[in-house]
Amino acid sequence: MIESIVDIVLLALLVIHAIAIIYLRNLFAVIMLFSSFSFISAGLFVVMDAVDVAFTEAAVGAGISTVLMLGTIALTYSRGDNKQEKLPAHKPWLPLIVVILTGGMLIYGTSDIPAFGDPLAPAQQHVAPYYLEQSLPDTGVPNVVTAVLASYRGFDTLGEVTVIFTAGVAVLLLIGGRRRTKTETRAGDDRET
Amino acid sequence: MKHNLILRVISKFMIPLIFLFALYVQFHGDFGPGGGFQAGVIFSAGIILYALVFGTELAQKIIPPRVLHFLASLGVLIYAGTGVASLILGGKYLEYGVLGSNQVAGQHLGILVIELGVGITVMSVMLIIFFTFAERGRPE
Repeated sequence: MIESIVDIVLLALLVIHAIAIIYLRNLFAVIMLFSSFSFISAGLFVVMDAVDVAFTEAAVGAGISTVLMLGTIALTYSRGDNKQEKLPAHKPWLPLIVVILTGGMLIYGTSDIPAFGDPLAPAQQHVAPYYLEQSLPDTGVPNVVTAVLASYRGFDTLGEVTVIFTAGVAVLLLIGGRRRTKTETRAGDDRET
Repeated sequence: MKHNLILRVISKFMIPLIFLFALYVQFHGDFGPGGGFQAGVIFSAGIILYALVFGTELAQKIIPPRVLHFLASLGVLIYAGTGVASLILGGKYLEYGVLGSNQVAGQHLGILVIELGVGITVMSVMLIIFFTFAERGRPE
């Protein structure tokens, strides 16, 4: 009972955020709303007992990506601008139809989804029972999520780390190096492309 | 934000706690929620907070970009190297069981080491991206 009330409040807040993000033209306010949208999603994940996902959402979605979006805003606007999003040049009808169609299909699809936490759902029938029963004797790690991520799915996690590393390298290659200035003022700068 | 007294005092108080929490998340990931990825992000958030309040130049004195570049690749190397180590010890790639005296001890050690690698890479890549953005925006 109390859980469904919390769910409804959090989901309503998400909808309010989404509508506010659509209508707001001030990009700084939009980024702040994105951040709190992430926090509310993290709260939803906690209600669904997915604490590891909630943790990541709060740290990455609400924390780092907000900082990076603010950094992008600082980069792309000069001092005189008031950081306002420009009004769209096109009519909203085509995007609206696409969104309504997609949303309608998604809602239609939910009618076939098994109930939340249903033990007979296909997703719970494949490898999940093995992990739940065997992860403690296999690895001695009480947190099943860590056991799956680091041990059973070790190759995937290695790939993820490589992706993150590649992202860092790509950012460095694209905008990393020193900008060429007429007067080289900063000495001892050891960042070279 | 260099002249904002409240921000400076509060963040000086908060930053050690953030680092401590990051280390807790890193090394307690076997038992509670969290792991290398979250810990790396939290750790870098502490340094980013420092950079926002005290300026990126001071923050880059703590962790120079060259060190960050080294750490970013070191983390991937630790992870992939664990796999090579288990190959050398006679197991399959990333089969942690052979790293310790028995299956469970090896798994424990392997998970701890690769989570450390994940944490180091995530922490340094987040900082690299942040510093690169901040550097780019600085008027010259």
